[in-house]
Amino acid sequence: MPKTTETTDIKEAGPNLWVGMYADYLDSYAYMRINDTELAKDLVQETFLAGLEGWDKFSRQSSEKTWLTGILKNKIYDVYRKKSRGAKSEPLAAEPVEQDDFFESDSGHWKQGRYPEAFGIEEPSNLEDKEFDGILKSCMAKLPPLWSSVFKMKHIDEEPSEEICSRLAITASNFWVISHRVKVSLRDCLQKNWI
Amino acid sequence: MKKLSDQEEKDMVDNCKKATFLIEKRQTGEITLKERLELEFHLKTCEMCSIFMKQSMVINQFVKKIFQPEKHKMKLDEDFKEQLQKQIDQKLGNTSKEQ
Repeated sequence: MPKTTETTDIKEAGPNLWVGMYADYLDSYAYMRINDTELAKDLVQETFLAGLEGWDKFSRQSSEKTWLTGILKNKIYDVYRKKSRGAKSEPLAAEPVEQDDFFESDSGHWKQGRYPEAFGIEEPSNLEDKEFDGILKSCMAKLPPLWSSVFKMKHIDEEPSEEICSRLAITASNFWVISHRVKVSLRDCLQKNWI
Repeated sequence: MKKLSDQEEKDMVDNCKKATFLIEKRQTGEITLKERLELEFHLKTCEMCSIFMKQSMVINQFVKKIFQPEKHKMKLDEDFKEQLQKQIDQKLGNTSKEQ
C-alpha cells in the first residue's frame, strides 16, 4: 500500500489526499472541454472512483496527477463521441455536405463577402488573452458537436489524427474535411464578432 | 526539380477552397510535395488566403493558451468535495488490507 507522505512527493500522495489536491484541477480540465458544470462534476467523481480501483495497478511511471488526468481524458472523449452521434443513432454522414457557404463551387474561390480580411488578430504579440477568450469560446459554442470535438481533440489535447478518428469513429477523410470547415467557420465567426 | 504543370497551375490559381484545406492539413505536417507546390503557387497571388493562413495560426496558438485548466477560476463547492472525500474514505476503509 503506498505511503501517504507530508512532503511534496506528488507521485504518491495517495487516494485520501486526491480530493484536496486534484478535484479543482480535474473539474477545470473537464469543464473547459465539455462546458457542462454537472457533467464535469460527475466525471471528476467517476475519475476518482476509477482511480481507486486502479490504484494498485498504477505503474507510477507518471505522476498521480497525470495518471488521473488520463483517466478523466478518456471519459471526456467518450462524452465527445456520444454527443457527436446525437440523441438518435443516426448513421454518420459519409461526407459532410458538399454545398459550401464560403467557396464558389466551380472555381473554389472565396465567395463575395465571405473572404478573410485583416481584423486585428494577425499580430499575436499585441493580443490580450481575454479579448480572444470570450469571443473564441462563444464561436466554438456554435459549432456542431462533432466538429467541436475534432477541433478540441486536435488543438487542446493535441491528439494525432488517427486517435481522433478512432475515438470519434470517423474516417481520415472526414477528419480533414471537418478540420478545414471548422477553421473556416471559426475564423469567419471571429472576424464577424471581433470588437 | 518538380514543378506544377500549366494545367495544375490553372486549376490552383483561384482554388482558395483547396488552398485553405491544405493550409490546415499542413499544420500537422501531412501534405505531399505536389500539394506543397500547389499551396505555395496559390499563396503567391492570393492575399486573402495569406491572411487566412496567418489568422489560422494565431487561432491555434490562442486555443492552446486559453484552455489551460489554470485559467478556469471557478472552484468546486465544498459540499461536493466533502461528498467525494467521504466516498473515497469509505472505499478505502472498506478495503481492509494489511499495512
